[in-house]
Amino acid sequence: MRKVSFPHMGESYRAFQMVLTDLGNEVVVPPRPSRRTLNLGVQHSPEFACFPLKIVMGTYLEVLDMGAELLVTSGGVGPCRAGLYAELHKKTLRDLGYPVDIIVFEPPRLHPFNFISNVKRLNQARLSIKAIVECVKRGWRKVQALDNVEKMSHLIRPEEIQKGATTKVYKKVLPWIDGAYTIDEIVAAEAAALEEMKKIPRDPERLILDLGIIGEIYVLLEPASNLEIEEVLGNLGVRVERSMFLTGWTRDNTWKETTEGMTVKDAAQPYLPELIGGHGRDSIGNTIIYAKRGFDGVIQLAPFTCIPEIVARTILTRVSHDYNIPVLTFFLDEQTGKAGMVTRLEAFVDLMRMKKIQAANEKPA
Amino acid sequence: MKAYLGIDVGSVSTNIAVRDEAGEIIAGLYLRTQGRPVETIQAGLRELQQILPPEVEICAVGATGSGRYLAGVIVGADVVKNEITAHAVAASYYLPDVKTILEIGGQDSKIIIIRDGIVTDFAMNTVCAAGTGSFLDQQASRLGIPITQFGALALQSTTPVRIAGRCTVFAESDMIHKQQMGHTLKDIVNGLCEALVRNYLNNVGKGKELLAPVVFQGGVAANAGIKAAFERALNMEITVSPHHDIIGAIGAALLAKEELEIIKKPTRFKGFTITDLAYRTSSFECDGCPNACEIAEIYEEDRVIGRWGARCPRWDIVEESND
Repeated sequence: MRKVSFPHMGESYRAFQMVLTDLGNEVVVPPRPSRRTLNLGVQHSPEFACFPLKIVMGTYLEVLDMGAELLVTSGGVGPCRAGLYAELHKKTLRDLGYPVDIIVFEPPRLHPFNFISNVKRLNQARLSIKAIVECVKRGWRKVQALDNVEKMSHLIRPEEIQKGATTKVYKKVLPWIDGAYTIDEIVAAEAAALEEMKKIPRDPERLILDLGIIGEIYVLLEPASNLEIEEVLGNLGVRVERSMFLTGWTRDNTWKETTEGMTVKDAAQPYLPELIGGHGRDSIGNTIIYAKRGFDGVIQLAPFTCIPEIVARTILTRVSHDYNIPVLTFFLDEQTGKAGMVTRLEAFVDLMRMKKIQAANEKPA
Repeated sequence: MKAYLGIDVGSVSTNIAVRDEAGEIIAGLYLRTQGRPVETIQAGLRELQQILPPEVEICAVGATGSGRYLAGVIVGADVVKNEITAHAVAASYYLPDVKTILEIGGQDSKIIIIRDGIVTDFAMNTVCAAGTGSFLDQQASRLGIPITQFGALALQSTTPVRIAGRCTVFAESDMIHKQQMGHTLKDIVNGLCEALVRNYLNNVGKGKELLAPVVFQGGVAANAGIKAAFERALNMEITVSPHHDIIGAIGAALLAKEELEIIKKPTRFKGFTITDLAYRTSSFECDGCPNACEIAEIYEEDRVIGRWGARCPRWDIVEESND
C-alpha cells in the first residue's frame, strides 16, 4: 500500500489519519515538531524562508525517512509565499534524492476541479462518491471535536487550582476522540472529554484576563512553533481565545465565507481594504472584534519576515490606539530560548491586569 | 531596622539594592555578572553583609532581570518579577507622573509608556545589540577611552559626524572610515551617541507616543552624551532617575515589600548564610521525547533547588508546601 503523510498542525493529525486510512492509504503519522525537525528543516531550506516552511520541510524529511512516498498539503490564498511552498518543498526533496510526490489542495471554492482530481488520486480504496462524502464528514466532525476540546482547555486552564491539571486531563482525553470512528462515537467521545475537563477543580474567584491571539495560521495552530504560548498564558491566569482554528479557517475557504469571516473583513475594511495575502487582514479585523467584545489584550504571532503580518503589525499600532486595546507582537523563528518571550508575556499580563483593576476602580465613581 | 532587598540579575550587570522603611537606599551594589550569575549573587551578598549595619533585618526579597528565577531560588525571593514591571514601579516611585521611561542596559533596551500611573505599552529590542551598553563598552575599549569618560567626551563635540546606527557592524565600519578621514575622536564619539539614539527611537520606540516627563534609566543613563543626544532628538528635557544603575533592583525591593504586605507572610529569605553554601549548576538533554529539551538544574549543596528548560512537567520540582 502507498504510504502517505502530511504536515503536523496541532492535534489535527488524528482526523487526517482517519480520513486518509479510510480512503485506502497507509498513513505515516508525522511526529510532533521537535528540535530534530527544526535542525533538519533549517539545514535544507533557504535561509530567508519563513519559519513554517522550515518546520514543514523538517517534518517532510522525517516522514520520508519513515517511509512516506506521497505528501498531502494545502495551497495558499492571495499573495503569500506559502502558496509556492509545496513546489519548493517538492523541488528540494527531489534534489535530496527522495522520489516524492506532493498533492496540493487549493481552496475548493476557487478551484473545484483541483479538489476533485486530488480526492480521486487519494481514493485508493475506490470508494463510491457517497462513501467519500461520508468519510470526509466523519473526519470533519473529528477535527471539530478536537478543536472544541482544545477551546475548553483554554477556558479552564487559567482557573485551575492545581497547576498543570488541565494539560494533564487534556492529554488524557485526546485519545478518547482518537479512538472514536463513527459520527455517533465521535460525538459521544467529545461529550465525555468535555465533561471530564469540566471536572477539573477551579477557583472562580480569580481575576481572569481575556486575551485574543491573532496572526499567521501555522504558528497559531502548531504549539511546537510558538513555544506553547497558550499554555504559558493559561498558567499566568489568562483565558486565551485563538482567532483561528482549523475548522474556522477551512470552513471559510471551503464552502462559503462564514458570517464570522464576513465580520472580520468588514471590521478590517476602514484600515485595510485589500487582501494582502496570508492572514494579515484577519489579524486586523479580529483585533477590532476582540476590542469590541471587551477583551483585555491581543497577542499577534507571526513568523519572522512574514510580509502580511508585518503590514498588519504596522496598522495594528493605530487600531490599538483607536480601540484602546493593548497589542503585543511576537515574531517567531528558530530560537528555542523561552526566556525573552516569558519576560514580555509576564509584563504584558501585568499591564493588562493593572489596566483592568484601574478601570474597575474608576467605574463606580 | 526593617529593610527590603532587591536583586536584579542582568546579562551584563547584577545589581543589588537595600531600602529601609522610609524608602532610603541604605546599600546599592553594581556588579559585573561576567557570565557567572551564581558566584556574582553570592559575592554581592557577602559584600552587602559587610556594608549593612548589624541592626538591619531583611523583611522581604524581590528578584528581577533575566536571571530572576535563578536568583529567586538561591536567595529565597518572595517575589520574582519581570524587569519591565520592576523598572516601571521604581520609576513611578521617584517621579509619580512619569509618562515615558527610556531604559538602556547591557544587552537589551526597552521603552515603557505609562499613563495615569500604569504601564499602557512597552517594547523591548528583539533583534540585536546595536544600541545597547555592551556595544558602547566595546567601542570605548577599542578607542582606548574609559567608558566613564565616554559621555563627557561626546559633549565636547563641535561638528556633527554621521555614523550608521542600525547595526553594530555598519556602525563600527563607519566609525573607522570617519576616523581614517581625520575626524576628531570627540565628534565620532558624539556621532555614535546620536546613532544609538536614532536606532533606539526607530526600533524600540517605533509607533510609540513619547510624552514628557521622560525618565532615562539603566546602566547607559550614566552616559551624558547619550542623554544629550536624546534631548536633542526628542526636543524635551530628560531626567536621569536617581540610582539609575540599580533601579531594577529597587523596583524588585518595592514589589517584594508590597507583596508581603498583601499576603501577610514572613519572608522566604534564606539569610546571608547562603554565601557559604556550595552551588553547582549542570545541564543534560532529556530523552523523554524527540524534542530533547536542554534541562538546566541548580544544586544547593546536594539538593536540586531549580530546574529550567523543560517543555513539559516531567522535570518540575515538587515544592514542599509551608501551608
